[in-house]
Amino acid sequence: MQGFRKYFYVFLITCALFLSAWYMSAYFNTRKLNEVKDIQNKVAVDILSSETQFSLLEELSCQDLNSSIFSTEIASLAEKIAYAEQNVSNKDEIDLLKKQYTILEVKDFLLNKRIGERCKQMPVTILYFYGSKDACTDCAKQGYVLDAIRQQYPQVRVYSFDYNLELSTIKALTSIYKIGNTLPGLVVNGKTVAGFQTVDGIKTLLPKEVTNPVKATTNTTAKKVQTN
Amino acid sequence: MPIGEVVTYSITFLAVYVQIFMLVTFLERRRDLKAVEGLPVPTLSHYPKVAIIVPCWNEEKTVHGTVASLLALDYPHDRLEVIVVDDGSTDTTWSEILKYKDNPRVRIFQKENGGKHTAVNFGIDHTDADLIGCLDADSFVMSDALKYMVDAFNNHPDIMATAPTMIIHNPKNMLQYAQRVEYNMSAYNKKMLSFMNAIHVTPGPFSIFRKEVFQVIGKFKKAHGTEDQEIAYRMQEHHMRIYHCHQSIVYTSSPDTVKKLYKQRLRWIYGFIQNTIDYRRLIFKTKHGNFSFFTLPSGVISIVAVVYLSFALAYNFVVFLIKKITQLSIVGWNSSSIGFHFDAFFISTRTIVFVEVIIYGLVIFSIIAGTKITGQKKKIDWHVIPYILVYTLIAPFWLLKAVWNTIWGRRQPAWR
Repeated sequence: MQGFRKYFYVFLITCALFLSAWYMSAYFNTRKLNEVKDIQNKVAVDILSSETQFSLLEELSCQDLNSSIFSTEIASLAEKIAYAEQNVSNKDEIDLLKKQYTILEVKDFLLNKRIGERCKQMPVTILYFYGSKDACTDCAKQGYVLDAIRQQYPQVRVYSFDYNLELSTIKALTSIYKIGNTLPGLVVNGKTVAGFQTVDGIKTLLPKEVTNPVKATTNTTAKKVQTN
Repeated sequence: MPIGEVVTYSITFLAVYVQIFMLVTFLERRRDLKAVEGLPVPTLSHYPKVAIIVPCWNEEKTVHGTVASLLALDYPHDRLEVIVVDDGSTDTTWSEILKYKDNPRVRIFQKENGGKHTAVNFGIDHTDADLIGCLDADSFVMSDALKYMVDAFNNHPDIMATAPTMIIHNPKNMLQYAQRVEYNMSAYNKKMLSFMNAIHVTPGPFSIFRKEVFQVIGKFKKAHGTEDQEIAYRMQEHHMRIYHCHQSIVYTSSPDTVKKLYKQRLRWIYGFIQNTIDYRRLIFKTKHGNFSFFTLPSGVISIVAVVYLSFALAYNFVVFLIKKITQLSIVGWNSSSIGFHFDAFFISTRTIVFVEVIIYGLVIFSIIAGTKITGQKKKIDWHVIPYILVYTLIAPFWLLKAVWNTIWGRRQPAWR
């Protein structure tokens, strides 16, 4: 390999290496998307199963319904989709996954609500409407707050929705809960609040049974005694 | 693709290109390396007269070891002279040198301080040897080092200068071990550059020149504290071949503190930038071959790459820090919310990550190959980890400072 031919051959080898790196990246990203799809499918099955279980048990006591009826992977799915959105370049596929995820969230939310109505227990839910970094400067901060709430009160189910996602379900939700252009928008246990909310601010909107478990346990025991 | 990513990919492409160029050269010439592996010290057809100049400036502690290693060289006594030049030392160096005044093989001189290159030039003026070398007074040579070099001169009339393989002498702390790894890698790079006839420095420790070099292109010149680099540039300009004699081993002292290392590297990098600016007429000129198309551009690329990537790293670190501070200020010190949980899903699989793996792979290969070239038994030195850590963390500082000094025309750093 003499003279400038060597420069050319080395250029070709370097290009081949970069293409290999790109191929490896695409391969692993596809695997990640497939993993997200698998989780999504599992969540869909979980929700369908929960709905069926709910229908079957409708005639029975609420004691037979427990928290395991809800899919446990919906939160980790959100994290993975958010990560994929920032790191995987396949925008169309991510958008589709996001839409499917949003619908699953809404189904989970509705199921939660129905069970709450059936068993006379108010489900503790937070609907969180966020926007892109440019449209909503406080959304990143709001995300940290909701993470903290979720970790502090595992029984609170937080559903995140991309306000700008082109999906009729989102439009319906924003219309029902009167979410305006001020983001972040939150619906804490049915009450709509606009703009950034602190951990303490959200705590005041949560039911006392959640924020004060000692009192809640006492109340539950008292109810049981009354029932007996 | 955002502009930042375009720049990052362009720079990493060039970095990979440089490493692949070296690797291809290695694969092309591995038989040449294999052919001399394990061969006994050559028997010379003739013994040209050799003079080794030892420039000293405040070297009271090391000058003895340096001269002793030269006197122990396996070379006929009447064909080797050692010239010790005290460049106006302010400590007891001269009284140490005086101990050799009755040794017929050593000639000693004292002059006013004028810088290392003036001491070497003084020695050149006082010898009629065929081959003239220099050995910094902080280095020691292996006894067979000269024979390998003279053998190269005897068998290849086109070789005008030879450079040795340098190994860190007696490393004691992590920083010095990290430098040993770097020197091993450097042995590989130098050898490949030698195969390409594109060496850009004839290091102070034990580079040997034919006397014709000084007759044709002149002696050492003041050159931003890196005179051994400037003369190599001048030789390349005059199409004089510089050969890396990898079997010639020189042990050199190394900085034992970060501050000393910083000062040394600042001088080297500043010198490289200044010499490259002075000789910019050589860049991308067909008649100067690989030196013009590979060595100089790759040196510039490595400086630009480190400066850019260090800024990018610092930027990302600041963004990360702001994010964490914001998170803490909002939700308080809640260990569960800021803790770490491992999930393979979140390992980055971006293209740049795989490219970085390729670069690190090539760097580790060059360290292993360099260690083998220097004849050391060890195959892989685990100090490669501190080497990567230390140099990733502190190299950007001396590079940035050298660039800063160049832009603002600051004076050159002191050579010692």
